[in-house]
Amino acid sequence: MTERGVMVYSEDKELELQLLGKGRELADRLSGPLSTVSLGHESIDAEELIRYGADQVLLFKDPGPDIHIETYRAVLLEAVKRVSPEVILIGSTRRGRELAPRISSALRTGYMAECIELEVDEKGDLLARRLVYGGSAMALERSRRRPHVATVPPRIFRRAEPSNRAGEVIEIMIEKPKPKTVVVERRMKSRGGEALESARVIVAAGRGFRSKEDLRLLEELAEVLGAEIGCTRPLAADSGWLNEWIGISGHKVKPKLYIACGISGTVQHLAGIRDSQVIVSINKDEGANIFQASDYGLVGDLYVILPVLTRTLRKLKGES
Amino acid sequence: MNRLIVLLKDAVDLSELKVDPTTRRILEGPKRRIGELDKRALEEALRIREKVGGEVCTLTVGDDRSKTALLEALAMGADKAYLVTTGTGAWVDALTTSILLRAAVGRLTPFDLILCGEMSLDSLSSQIGPRLAELLDLPLITYVKQLVIDSGRLRAVRDLEDADEVVQAELPAVVTVSREINEPRIPSLMSIMRAKTKPIITFDAASLDVPPEMVLEAQSIEIIGVEVPQVERKRVIVKGETIEESVEKLVHHLISEGVLEVR
Ligand SMILES: Cc1cc2nc3c(=O)[nH]c(=O)nc-3n(C[C@H](O)[C@H](O)[C@H](O)COP(=O)(O)OP(=O)(O)OC[C@H]3O[C@@H](n4cnc5c(N)ncnc54)[C@H](O)[C@@H]3O)c2cc1C
Repeated sequence: MTERGVMVYSEDKELELQLLGKGRELADRLSGPLSTVSLGHESIDAEELIRYGADQVLLFKDPGPDIHIETYRAVLLEAVKRVSPEVILIGSTRRGRELAPRISSALRTGYMAECIELEVDEKGDLLARRLVYGGSAMALERSRRRPHVATVPPRIFRRAEPSNRAGEVIEIMIEKPKPKTVVVERRMKSRGGEALESARVIVAAGRGFRSKEDLRLLEELAEVLGAEIGCTRPLAADSGWLNEWIGISGHKVKPKLYIACGISGTVQHLAGIRDSQVIVSINKDEGANIFQASDYGLVGDLYVILPVLTRTLRKLKGES
Repeated sequence: MNRLIVLLKDAVDLSELKVDPTTRRILEGPKRRIGELDKRALEEALRIREKVGGEVCTLTVGDDRSKTALLEALAMGADKAYLVTTGTGAWVDALTTSILLRAAVGRLTPFDLILCGEMSLDSLSSQIGPRLAELLDLPLITYVKQLVIDSGRLRAVRDLEDADEVVQAELPAVVTVSREINEPRIPSLMSIMRAKTKPIITFDAASLDVPPEMVLEAQSIEIIGVEVPQVERKRVIVKGETIEESVEKLVHHLISEGVLEVR
């Protein structure tokens, strides 16, 4: 039916609007329509998706409250059949990163994950820049087979300005597939990572901390600095001392000041803090990699240094 | 329990990565070894074998260099190692890799479980597990941090951004594991020696009835270049006679950088 269009989808609605922003640009370049997929229970309605740039909304109505990834997959494949897009962008959430390779395989095409720059060249191939080697390097890749599939992380592209534009809503119907897995329990996590992304100052803990109680040292420092608290992945995912971590698989931050305490500086962590303006690190191992990635480093025991730092800052505040 | 198949990627050893200082490009020839997350997938398979039996087979798409990673797997305790080569010598993308893996897995039936890491740290693209599940039409559970196999059924805890999910599936199934699932064992000297006597079985695309033109045709992604961005950091180690003095100096630096807001 339609040719040379772009199709976007994310179950994360804010991310879907960001994809519409980038998708609009690519669709204009390809002189094709921009379509997006919506599952009926989602919190954003078709009209709004059109205001944010969609020409077509492919709506799958009333899928039930707890739909399965196999249903997402089937709906997306049906949508692809309807509009045969040349480019498919999917939001890089964990669900999205499971969905994208699945539909790529079903469509026998390639897939570029976590693209932070996207462009269509003269031939209509999709070019992307993405992090590789644990986050320490940037690759430029070209997708040569259509449809081109890519996932895009949150907050990389901006949503378009909403406007009163026209668009059409196309209802799609599929027979819901019988799921191959059963979710027997879902334990919701409390989330707070958005604060990290917009924080001006972040103090962060690594495995140099010996217990959860010791994080008090960091909390006190955070209080004088008006800072948010971050951490490395083991502290959140292994120990569960905090919920959110910073890095390639966690939040990407860009504060004015980032203070890393007891963090070794693996590439996976550094990939999340590279946009910080000034990085300070405190580590007792002089050879720790974090010092290579810092503007200022203090070699020593964080248990000794942090109280002194907090006290000094308090004094500074009180005096001036 | 039938076979447990572990998909291994012989990944670049990130700690050995060398960069050309002027072009900022990655230099050739870093050491290759089992990807960190695939190693955890293998560890999990070994633990399942210890509990419920089965044969642990490892499978990698690669070339002769990949034998280092396969030997590492045999040393950890894998029963058999399979190397799948394209026969063309060319780099293969994930689409082609999954097509080759599906063909190889076809030779290893019956199996109960296919395990791999949620992604490889060098390419960071997390495709192989989902792609293979799709091609084989099997249940898929991704980002697994806990796994129990019990009377032909699998129960897993998977980690999503907003929730942990407890998920069940019938076997056979495909599982991708995350970093938190286990700590991989370190092979003993004895098992390293013994590994050298275990077989590495090679399949090439032709022997798997995958026509070479299909391998080449499937190439959908091309890597144009890889660069390491220059990190412009000051790398000042702040030192004083005492801790108080070092901290004072640090604070002065931060004030002059304009990043410390004290009014
Ligand atoms: C697929 C994948 C994705 C990942 N994603 C991320 C990610 O997004 N973010 C992330 O952070 N990690 C990530 N990781 C994990 C990463 O590889 C490292 O395990 C982690 O970053 C290490 O955390 P750390 O620095 O706190 O701990 P360690 O590496 O154990 O370092 C602890 C540091 O503390 C220092 N120290 C100890 N005691 C003291 C003391 N008293 N005073 C001062 N210093 C002290 C030590 O010298 C050491 O340098 C990922 C891993 C994988 C496999």
